[in-house]
Amino acid sequence: MTVRVGVVIFPGSNRDIDAVNAIEIAGAEPVRLWHEQASLESVAAVIVPGGFAYGDYLRAGVIARFSPIMRSVAAFAADGGLVFGICNGFQVLAEAGLVPGALLRNRGLRFVCRQIAIAPERLDSPFTHLVGERRPLRMPVAHGEGCYFADPETLDALEREGQVLFRYVHDDATPAAPGDPGNPNGSLRAIAGVSNRTGNVAGLMPHPETASEAILGSDDGLLIIRSLVESAAARAAGVRATDRQLVVAAR
Amino acid sequence: MTLAEPPLALEALHRRLGITDDELDAIRDRLGREPNHLELAMFSVMWSEHCSYKSSRPLLRTLPTQGEGVVAGPGENAGVISIGDGLAVAFKIESHNHPSAVEPYQGAATGVGGILRDIFTMGARPIAVLDALRFGEPGSARTRHLVDGVVRGVGGYGNCVGVPTIGGELVFDPSYQGNPLVNVMAIGLLEERFLTRAAAPGPGNLVVLFGSTTGRDGIGGASVLASATFANQDASKRPSVQVGDPFAEKLLIEASLELIERGLVEGLQDLGAGGITCATSETADRAGTGMRIDLDAVPRREPGLEPFEVMISESQERMLAIVRPDRLDDIEEVCARWGLPCAVIGRVTGDGDVVVVVEDDRELARIPAAALTSDAIVHQRLAAPPPRRRAAPAPGAPDPGVDLLPERGMDPGAVLTALMGRPNLASRRPVYEQYDSNVQSNTVVPPGQGAAVLRIKGTTKAIVASTDANQAVGALDPYLGAQLSVAEATRNVSITGARPLGVTNCLNYGDPTRPEAFWQLSEAVRGLGDACRAFGLAVTGGNVSLYNESPLGAIAPTPEIGVVGLLDDIGKLVRPGFRQSGDAVLLVGEGTAGLAGSEYAALAGLASEDGPPLLDLDRERRVQAFAREAIDRGLLASAQDVSAGGLAVAVAESAIWGDSGRGLGAALRLPVRNAPAVELFGESPSRIVVSCVPRHVPAVVLLARQHGLPIEELGAVGGDRLVIELAGSGATGAAEERGSRVADALDVPLSELRHAWDNGLNRALGWEA
Repeated sequence: MTVRVGVVIFPGSNRDIDAVNAIEIAGAEPVRLWHEQASLESVAAVIVPGGFAYGDYLRAGVIARFSPIMRSVAAFAADGGLVFGICNGFQVLAEAGLVPGALLRNRGLRFVCRQIAIAPERLDSPFTHLVGERRPLRMPVAHGEGCYFADPETLDALEREGQVLFRYVHDDATPAAPGDPGNPNGSLRAIAGVSNRTGNVAGLMPHPETASEAILGSDDGLLIIRSLVESAAARAAGVRATDRQLVVAAR
Repeated sequence: MTLAEPPLALEALHRRLGITDDELDAIRDRLGREPNHLELAMFSVMWSEHCSYKSSRPLLRTLPTQGEGVVAGPGENAGVISIGDGLAVAFKIESHNHPSAVEPYQGAATGVGGILRDIFTMGARPIAVLDALRFGEPGSARTRHLVDGVVRGVGGYGNCVGVPTIGGELVFDPSYQGNPLVNVMAIGLLEERFLTRAAAPGPGNLVVLFGSTTGRDGIGGASVLASATFANQDASKRPSVQVGDPFAEKLLIEASLELIERGLVEGLQDLGAGGITCATSETADRAGTGMRIDLDAVPRREPGLEPFEVMISESQERMLAIVRPDRLDDIEEVCARWGLPCAVIGRVTGDGDVVVVVEDDRELARIPAAALTSDAIVHQRLAAPPPRRRAAPAPGAPDPGVDLLPERGMDPGAVLTALMGRPNLASRRPVYEQYDSNVQSNTVVPPGQGAAVLRIKGTTKAIVASTDANQAVGALDPYLGAQLSVAEATRNVSITGARPLGVTNCLNYGDPTRPEAFWQLSEAVRGLGDACRAFGLAVTGGNVSLYNESPLGAIAPTPEIGVVGLLDDIGKLVRPGFRQSGDAVLLVGEGTAGLAGSEYAALAGLASEDGPPLLDLDRERRVQAFAREAIDRGLLASAQDVSAGGLAVAVAESAIWGDSGRGLGAALRLPVRNAPAVELFGESPSRIVVSCVPRHVPAVVLLARQHGLPIEELGAVGGDRLVIELAGSGATGAAEERGSRVADALDVPLSELRHAWDNGLNRALGWEA
């Protein structure tokens, strides 16, 4: 049976198109979840896509977290469900407190769209287990507020708990410091993506869903989407999503 | 019938609204009576240059508008051309020059919003934006303010609505110092069965306004701002600039496309220049119907609006739908779901009049729809060429005083490096990185490397698009400038392997009541028409922007050309960067003398009244046909056109973009027939630099000859330097003989060229890298 992956659609979402495309390429069935609905329609995982939810005029993600669908997403996450926020979706999850930290205005104070590279810090997460090795993955960023920020204690705790999921990196997979062209927004400790403590909710600023076909410049991002889809399938089959061996066994 | 006010003090009012005495007489003629204040206000926007094309219409009628696959042409909101599989592309380019000069962020943002509405009004989902921008001196504080605001405005709007900005232009020329140009092109994709027209058929149908509410912003945008020159700049005209809300536009896109796909509307029109007046009169006139508008029903964002303000407000993000009464519930449901206010503001009638009523059915205005639109006034303007300061050499003829410059001791490598860092030639990355260029997951070739390429999901096809305008030659010879613009835009599309489908144009010129400016416009339209006929292409729509003048003078005539092409098999796509070491490099086509209008001439500070290079439209057509055929047969590894900066810059770009952006040098030997400066930096059109694996050279050469084109093998791809040896009677060994210090070879490390190219724009604009 095909895995069903939800894509939350707020007024103002625009990378829902990309998320749906990537989910289909990964062999799963995308299910659009309208912001006013409370039901998650029994999906096995949820993607909160990029865009400008509700216009983001006040601050990115700040209104979206009060929507009916986000209350359901929060409950789903608390129950161990897989939730993946990309770009604006990351901002929404951070505003909702589902992942730690905040996304500030880019260090350069301008919107930035360019091809960058990230490397996974964890190879055993439900979002990365198919990547296989710690290596640069090419994909685009496209955001104005993507500078990852948390206080030093929180950052230390994230590192300690293994919640730093992705970092911006150079070609040799070394982290790209704030101010480096490889770190497009000045993110502290080059953090591009984080997870919650239990590892089932993650946020990522770059766009793996757009880097899902070679013809678009890179299909490295598909590894992340496929990891999510397989983890969702395993979880749907009653397996704990964070247990890599079981996930792999379920493949 | 009761009319609102007696015709008191009309003389003063009509002139304040931008209506001339002659035009007032023409209005009286069409009404058979004096117009009242509201009617005058409605005429003032509809008879503005911007809405009525009253000066340009006689010229535009001469353009070819019919062509293969054209399903909608000029007169509709956008041109639509079929691309097979039941699909079609909608595309159009439009200007937002004066609003951007006054308030760069909102001016540019609403420029994007307006052209997007033209696209989805047709039933097409917008899939791409291209922005063609022109400013004055990059070093001036005013230019920097404008560039920053315009770029942020384009990005702020396009990024939010989720339409990728995939290309365009950024050109600096002193003539734009007081009057920048912001031209925006949008492309949409639709299923042909959803093609929707902006007409109001069926008396009895309801007129529904949905989207944003109506306020006081943009009062007189079309008449005050767009249709007059700038006497003095800025603040006083700021209230005439509209304010954009890209979030509302995003909702409008989704709601409109849903209404269309569910077959709920009989006609759909966006509200742009002229607001409700324009949308109601145009839709009624297209269907030969009339319309009765209940002014009180229009949702407003503030109390106390005067009737004329409601009728001509250019508040953004509004749509007008013509709806069968039994479908109103469905319309309201869709709008409510997208959070968009929606109101029935009137009914379609059969009497041909646009009638504005308020409570108790009191009539405030009654004007035949045609009088506002198709029967608007047309002016026959006077055209006269400017007097020449000195006789220019004929196009293509050598100009000895100019063409021999490098022999005054310039090192061609240093010249090339300087050219690569010129504000007009350097990498546009600092600008296009502020635009989301890949949302929607279709972008195959992002901005920065020739024409932009978008795949069409679910097919093997791709859309290729380019915008180009040659204002430098246009300033010397507007006829040739327009032809060159069409040639370059189509060439950029053809060298990817795609077949140009059609042309949209944005004609940016000066005050049409000035004979020289009108001559420039008429020459440009003639050049545009001749070029399009030579290439067998239809002009499917566009926009005319006149009065581009300021106290600093008129702009260089700027015929902005947008071309959309179709590549049937995206697997055959060819890019401009060299592909691999060892490939042969060939030059197809042949240059003529003449450096006028070139970047080299600007760099060297040459007088710009000398001869520009020659354009042979038939040769241009053959060069493009050759490129498409060679690519279709899989012969080419790369293809790059020779344009600004000449052959040396073209090759340098291919090298910088080589090996997927990692860079690949080349060692070339260039036969010199004209002067070295002409060979290296001359901008003769109809030339392309191609590379191919060595075993394909004979086939490529044969194919070029079959197309009647000169072709020359220049050398090979490889290494980390660009070397161009000058060979032939004009150059070999000649430097010493001439006793000059000019080098006989151009030899520059790629890293130097890349450094100049990467940093040129930031440096020119004073931006941080």
